[in-house]
Amino acid sequence: MSTLETGVSGRRIAWERRRRALSQSWSEYRHSTPGMIGLVALVLIVAMALAAPLLAAESELRAVNAIDNPTWATPGEFPPLGTDNLGRSVWAQFVWGARISLLVGLAATLIAIVIGSTVGIVSGFFGRWFGAVLMRITEWFLVIPFLPLAIVLAAVLGPSVWNIILVIGVTSWPSTARVIRAQVLSVKERLYVERSRSLGASNRHLMSQHVFPNVSPLILANLTLTVPVAILSETTLSFLGLGDPTRASWGKMLDEAFSAGALSRNAWWYYLPPGLGIMVVVLAFVLIGQALEEILDPRLKEGRS
Amino acid sequence: MSASALPDAVAPVPERVPLLSVRDLHVTYRSAAGVGVPAVRGVSFDLRSGETLGLAGESGCGKSTMAGALLRLLPRGTTVTGEVLLDGEDVLTMKPGRLRAVRWTEASIVFQGALHSLNPVQRIGRQLAEPVELHQPEMGGAELKLRVAELLEVVGLPARRAADYPHQLSGGQRQRVLIALALACNPSLLIADEPTTALDVMVQAQVLQLLEDLQRELGLAVIFITHDLSTLSSACRRLAVMYAGRIVEEGPSKDVFRDAAHPYTKALAAAFPVIGDPRFRRAPSGLGGDPPDPQHIPAGCSFHPRCPVAEPQCATVNVELWPAGPEHRAACVHVREGPR
Amino acid sequence: MTAPLLSVRDLHVRFSGRKGTVARAVDGVDLDVYPGEVLALVGESGCGKTTLARTILGLERPAQGEVHFKGQPLAYDTASLRRYRREVQMVFQDPSGALNPRQTIYEAVAEGLRIQKLHENEAALVADALSRSGLRPPERFMPLYPYEVSGGQRQRVVIAGAMVLRPELIVADEPVSSLDASVRGEILQLMLRLVQDTGVTILVVTHDLGLAWNIADRIAVMYLGRIVEQGTTEELLDDPRHPYTRALLSVVPEVERMTPQILQGETPDPTRIPPGCRFHPRCPLVTDGETERLGIEQRCQGEDPALQPIATAVAGSEHVAACHAVD
Repeated sequence: MSTLETGVSGRRIAWERRRRALSQSWSEYRHSTPGMIGLVALVLIVAMALAAPLLAAESELRAVNAIDNPTWATPGEFPPLGTDNLGRSVWAQFVWGARISLLVGLAATLIAIVIGSTVGIVSGFFGRWFGAVLMRITEWFLVIPFLPLAIVLAAVLGPSVWNIILVIGVTSWPSTARVIRAQVLSVKERLYVERSRSLGASNRHLMSQHVFPNVSPLILANLTLTVPVAILSETTLSFLGLGDPTRASWGKMLDEAFSAGALSRNAWWYYLPPGLGIMVVVLAFVLIGQALEEILDPRLKEGRS
Repeated sequence: MSASALPDAVAPVPERVPLLSVRDLHVTYRSAAGVGVPAVRGVSFDLRSGETLGLAGESGCGKSTMAGALLRLLPRGTTVTGEVLLDGEDVLTMKPGRLRAVRWTEASIVFQGALHSLNPVQRIGRQLAEPVELHQPEMGGAELKLRVAELLEVVGLPARRAADYPHQLSGGQRQRVLIALALACNPSLLIADEPTTALDVMVQAQVLQLLEDLQRELGLAVIFITHDLSTLSSACRRLAVMYAGRIVEEGPSKDVFRDAAHPYTKALAAAFPVIGDPRFRRAPSGLGGDPPDPQHIPAGCSFHPRCPVAEPQCATVNVELWPAGPEHRAACVHVREGPR
Repeated sequence: MTAPLLSVRDLHVRFSGRKGTVARAVDGVDLDVYPGEVLALVGESGCGKTTLARTILGLERPAQGEVHFKGQPLAYDTASLRRYRREVQMVFQDPSGALNPRQTIYEAVAEGLRIQKLHENEAALVADALSRSGLRPPERFMPLYPYEVSGGQRQRVVIAGAMVLRPELIVADEPVSSLDASVRGEILQLMLRLVQDTGVTILVVTHDLGLAWNIADRIAVMYLGRIVEQGTTEELLDDPRHPYTRALLSVVPEVERMTPQILQGETPDPTRIPPGCRFHPRCPLVTDGETERLGIEQRCQGEDPALQPIATAVAGSEHVAACHAVD
């Protein structure tokens, strides 16, 4: 058999394998009602965020364009969600604000997961003093209270979306690292890792071919559970006025609603939509994350035989 | 002289009613997909008090399921039909109160001595005291301690071990504790489920010797379940071999082991070479194929796809246990046809 | 006399435990393995046989002593170890654990080739290895996952994965103990056939004397880190000379020519090896008073016996035992 054929059949088998594993996981996922509810909710919100330009003109976000609008208008008077204290359309803010919340949530999570997984895998695999040093660094970050650190960093770096993403990413990775490390410690003792070593595998091969694939389901589940944390962090930071003042976000909406006295005015159409929006997104990710964890738990999979 | 057939306590007195009588036992699990999986498909046997019965079989044959069924220790959702008459009373139809009273005082189980068979955060003494307390709540503290010390002594462990935790004991010692636990309420029937698996050869021999001594001294009836056919030939008087949920051969252990009538038993026995016999040198003997998936048991004789002497009729015949010698029966058409 | 393929000299492997205790897992072992033979390393848990096997594979480093392969001492740098691993492979006790559940059978067998950067004809080599291990047709098994095949088939996959590199020596650690009894014979037959067809040498680590009788040419019995008896299978099992070997053999259920000698207690911890002959606290010759009668009681308590030839052995025999009563 020529080398070309070899590559094709070897790769074909690997592809087959991935396809089968994915379709099997998907059919299992479909059986989880909470998982499906979360998934549908998330899809709707993401669709809404993506379709923002179609749902409301971006110009409506600027106060300067809202001069002619009535202030504090109820949804009945100014559909679909009324106006705020400056006459801006709440619906436009809601729809465009979803983008920032989701963007920050996902981007910050990505940073946290990449740093956390790498540290977790490397510190778990190498153990001894190298792993211990990494763990001490991780614990140092874990112990620092999030909010003061975030405030300081945001104050130093200046308020912008990318800085917020950085701040949240840098403060969220330690818990991921801890979780991943625990799993790596258990996986690296498995017999198939020893077998690979006895075949002559280098550490790099062991980590990428055996440890990582067996840890990746956990990383995925951890990712879906970190996103809500990141979104809530963004909300908090924006609420405290540390977010980007030029962009609409749900946190910023809550901040402005609060400072403009929407609560005492009972202008529910201003503070309820962002609040509920955050709640729904967070809940959706939690439901998805839990369903994924159940399906992808490697212990359950190995116990199948 | 190796420990051949265990002498029963006295010459077996013909009883009106055997201590244990299992009639047409069927156990079906509910699989994750909701399908019924038959683990035990019609098992019947008798056991007189003081008698020892070995139950041999490989993974998936249903022997551990059967052990659990005898005391109704199977998970919820399992369907059990048939009769399990313990001293004349049917365990399967007992009321919960009566069942709890019967469990451990009339029949108990010695589990496999894995680390998690015992509660890792409780001391040994505490765990041994538990069944005694449950069945004899009036027993005082000092009396309880004495009983625990007694139990430890009976299995060859010093009384001070009662203060230890399970992880401080070796595998062999843990197995002894599990035996002591099973004896706590003076049962008349002991069901030993793989009591020597995962133990070293010498420790296995020690535990088997202990069981033999206890059986003799206390007049216990013992059902010895294992996959290691060779240990049964010397540890039990009678031997039954299970395959795919049914008993395929039963009889006096020496006969079944050395003069097997069923092809499966023959193949299984051949897998244990006789050391010193040149016929086994460089000639490992094994059976092709795998034990059948309980959800896809072959029709007719369930062994026929792997059987070296299968005939066309084996795929459709309704096998029963036919006589193959004195007190010796086997479920094979060759036994039915050829006179022995 | 042919030169040994693998040679172990004065090997000591130590592990440090809690509170500064040192476990002497392998405590002075000399062993030769000759090309094309099947050597069984027999002993109970704690005797050091698995540690010895792993040290031979380079997975553990000795505290003292050397491992020689084809006359060359083992080097422990990454490149040398990788070259070494092409020639010496391992088959593991638990085939379910030894296979990555996320890899297909194809990938499991191909892994060795990929690690060793032998990319030519990968699919053909994998198919060939699977066929030789009895998994035919190989294409049917390649895309399957380990959990989709039986225990015996999994072990064949592990064997295929080891054989695909065409090693000279295979170290098999309890290769059939976790398999059903009726399946063992086939795997053992496979191993014998591989020796016949490819000339591979096999070092089998096991507690099962029956297995050794089945497939081994020579046997070495280990106790507490040392080899206590060694010889051809027939010599050792027809006429065992070390009291430990005799006891082990006597408790095998099918062995009816010997009275079972059930030793008291359990093998001591490798951190507390008894002085003198390490077996003397449990030795039946001591408890029977035999050592007193032979006048060697003092030696047994104070002097560590070396492996010496059996006095009554035929000429040319290499049956040796480490026991003062053998002189």
